Amino acid sequence: MEELDGEPTVTLIPGVNSQKKQMCFDWGPGEMLVCETSFSKKEKSEMVPGCPYIHIIRKDIDVYCKILRKLFNESHGIFVGLQRIEEELTGKSRKAQLVRVSKNYRSVIRACMEEMHQLAIAAKDPAGDSQFSSQISILSAMELIWNLCEILFIEVAPAGPLLLHLLDWVRLHVCEVDSLSADVLGSENPSKHKDFWKLVTVLVLQGRLDEARQMLSKEADASPSSAGMCRVLGDLMRTMPVLSPGNTQTLTELELKWQHWHEECERHLQDGTFASSPHLEALCKIMLGDEAALLEEKELLSNWYHFLVTRLLYSHPTVKPMDLHRYAQSSLDVFLGGESNTEPLDNILLAAFEFDIHQVIKECSTALSNWWFVAHLTDLLDHCKLLQSHNLYFGSNMREFLLLEYASGLFAHHSLWQLGVDYFDYCPELGRVSLELHIERIPLSTEQKALKVLRVCEQRQMTEQVRSICKILAMKAVRNNRLGSALSWSIRAKDAAFATLVSDRFLRDYCERGCFSDLDLIDNLGPAMMLSDRLTFLGKYREFHRLYGEKRFVDAAALLLSLMTSQIAPRSFWMTLLTDALPLLEQKQVIFSAEQTYELMRCLEDLTSGRLVHGEPDAQQLQDDDIETTKVEMLRIGLARNLARSIIKEGSLEGS
Amino acid sequence: MFVARSIAADHKDLIHDVSFDFHGRRMATCSSDQSVKVWDKSESGDWHCTASWKTHSGSVWRVTWAHPEFGQVLASCSFDRTAAVWEEIVGESNDKLRGQSHWVKRTTLVDSRTSVTDVKFAPKHMGLMLATCSADGIVRIYEAPDVMNLSQWSLQHEVSCKLSCSCISWNPSSSRAHPPMIAVGSDDGSPNAMAKVQVFEYNENTRKYAKAETLMTVTDPVHDIAFAPNLGRSFHILAIATKDVRIFTLKPVRKELTSSGGPTKFEIQVVAQFDNHNSQVWRVSWNITGTVLASSGDDGCVRLWKANYMDNWKCTGILKGNGSPVSGSSQQGNANPSLGSNIPNLQHSLNGSSAGRKHS
Repeated sequence: MEELDGEPTVTLIPGVNSQKKQMCFDWGPGEMLVCETSFSKKEKSEMVPGCPYIHIIRKDIDVYCKILRKLFNESHGIFVGLQRIEEELTGKSRKAQLVRVSKNYRSVIRACMEEMHQLAIAAKDPAGDSQFSSQISILSAMELIWNLCEILFIEVAPAGPLLLHLLDWVRLHVCEVDSLSADVLGSENPSKHKDFWKLVTVLVLQGRLDEARQMLSKEADASPSSAGMCRVLGDLMRTMPVLSPGNTQTLTELELKWQHWHEECERHLQDGTFASSPHLEALCKIMLGDEAALLEEKELLSNWYHFLVTRLLYSHPTVKPMDLHRYAQSSLDVFLGGESNTEPLDNILLAAFEFDIHQVIKECSTALSNWWFVAHLTDLLDHCKLLQSHNLYFGSNMREFLLLEYASGLFAHHSLWQLGVDYFDYCPELGRVSLELHIERIPLSTEQKALKVLRVCEQRQMTEQVRSICKILAMKAVRNNRLGSALSWSIRAKDAAFATLVSDRFLRDYCERGCFSDLDLIDNLGPAMMLSDRLTFLGKYREFHRLYGEKRFVDAAALLLSLMTSQIAPRSFWMTLLTDALPLLEQKQVIFSAEQTYELMRCLEDLTSGRLVHGEPDAQQLQDDDIETTKVEMLRIGLARNLARSIIKEGSLEGS
Repeated sequence: MFVARSIAADHKDLIHDVSFDFHGRRMATCSSDQSVKVWDKSESGDWHCTASWKTHSGSVWRVTWAHPEFGQVLASCSFDRTAAVWEEIVGESNDKLRGQSHWVKRTTLVDSRTSVTDVKFAPKHMGLMLATCSADGIVRIYEAPDVMNLSQWSLQHEVSCKLSCSCISWNPSSSRAHPPMIAVGSDDGSPNAMAKVQVFEYNENTRKYAKAETLMTVTDPVHDIAFAPNLGRSFHILAIATKDVRIFTLKPVRKELTSSGGPTKFEIQVVAQFDNHNSQVWRVSWNITGTVLASSGDDGCVRLWKANYMDNWKCTGILKGNGSPVSGSSQQGNANPSLGSNIPNLQHSLNGSSAGRKHS
């Protein structure tokens, strides 16, 4: 089985002289950097006249196209709905559902075409106009191919209905009829209009015999001499056996009837019924499926597949699906007449008529530069269990391969990535890991976007990605001195080490400025406080200040003491805590009990005995030492006084 | 593929390396003019140079970004025998208004006696660590134990490769099944020098890097080397830029079969070899999912290589300079977004009457 084939596409880079120089490059998440350089001359640099450019290269053009946004969005909805279809549904109801999905996709394509068409009209700009028209053509080609695939692979129309579907298909895509019809019918004398016979012929070619008959009756009214012939031909048109939807006749019955009818037409031709009107005679020949007559109308048919369907209509209306490819090939050959080569669209359609799904997908992948079409179509065909039935072990891998390609392309876009997430979700092998790699790279330009990304990760238990993204944001916040933000990201990342670091910063800030920043955050830490000891301390310390502010001195005192005795407070902070105790010691009422005072004293001694002198103290250090000594002394006095008062209080009657 | 933008680089001499940051919103360039420039992408998609400063006293060969978990950090290496680590300082609000930022040097790594040819940060799960390699044949691995203090780096390992080194690549896999691994390439020209590609693995017991493999089939000078990102594979993929592009798979052989405690043994296979560049291949690099390899060669082209769903590797794209002048407006690209058909005839054959068809 051949792989996705085709020549590599060449992209030209301006300004770079590939004859003399080389290029250095780097990959980004959605783009590539390329720059001219010279690898061989490394030892000596030469002054380069002028300056080279750095080029940004992108792969998926279409994600940047605004108009296609709707296509991507709506097809995403259809895709997700398809994945969730109940597996229990089998047989007819399942098939009906899959056909419905296919029609939905097609209507999305058509809606996009229509919108482009409107924009083209509104734009009135020749350059933009040609761009629009080329895009519309490509969308139209996609819808053409999809429609055929739907008829052959999903609807799996059997002989009989098959032709009716193909007729609809052709009618949908050769649209000149409507404007032509409007022109001719709108005129005063339709049958005298220069395009009258053209219209009738087109109608016959498309099997729209009722309408053709109406045209003929106008001609009959206008020119009595040909009335008789018109009526005869009209009758033939009316009586052509056609399989209609509610019809209960079998295929064999239809064939028999059709054979009779065909012979009747032949008889009229032989008898020269229409001899005096070349137009009518030509029409009769067409209705007999005469190849030469059909080829006369090449212009009106405009392509070989129209030729094919018309031919089938008038010569093999009960054609079986498996015979289609023979007629298709010969139609193509005859229509082109060896004048020109087949083009990609032709090959794709031929492959479809041959029921070679893989070839269809392969050709489409080559011809279209965007993965949208092949990814969605292949996924749908996979749901029809068609890829597996082709007995290729990589059947399901191909679906995933294409979906991964498509989804990766979406991630290059600042908002379409959200659609990509769902596509990855439905790729069982590599979807999750691909999502992990892509989602980490999304630039976290706003808090809103970061939260969106995190939600996606959290929903999928991608804990490492959550941690990493929160860490990146926490680091960014710390460097910008937004400590509150840094703390909340660290908590979300469950990063104890970083939470400790940020808490330290908070405490340091407090020591320097005497107040806390981001009080709201610290006050409402809740259970998150447990993440790291330092964070717990920060929370509790703030609580101490709150209690003090609310004049709940006894509670505050107890908390303060527990912070030191429970070892939660870092030693470096003990002096600050003890200093915080001072005002409590100097209140009129006794707050610290004797027991508590002993504890405090012990802490103080602990702290002061641990002091070591490092080398020769300099002037600043001496000054600091002075302050320290004063503080310690004040504390000792305060503690001693408190001890005395508390002993007295506890010893006397009222205190107990 | 199409050129979305072209930015005038403004370096006064040859540019040797360009590097995207992790999110693709900043880039760095380094040059023989001894400076590094940092560019930032605005919301509108325009690129502006937000910093430009002299980094070394010789040509700067490579510049690379650390993972954003460590902040905004760059490393550069140069002909002047040093590598340096730079950190962005959040500046005054005036600077922000002018769109400028400041980078300060945090450390200079001066252990090499010769030109430092490559510098690469280790995968983030290993902490803030980087490796350099030099023409003196030694790979040096440094670590900053405190990520908040980037001026403290210690030399943790010196791995002797015996040959002049040109490139290094860390294995990005963070799987617990794979110990830290680094591949080193040598551009030593003498034919007797055999070990042009060596793979070293960290041993938990000895706490050292030991040689795990030498790719004996690579006998020509190696200019670049790159491990592919690991999508959960049990084996590793390594790309080599030498006289051709080569892709190797390294499948760890089961531990029971090797002497316990020694480095992992690998089964090595070449899965692709391409000589389309016609001569030397200078750079290889993987995209972020490890599904496409890009290579740059003497033919002045950048080629893209991809494996299809059957694991067959093919060239899927070529970037080629045509020497045509860059369009006047430096920022706009040269393509309009369209539903891109590779072959425009797709539309012709839809509209086409027989008159519309191209004749052979």
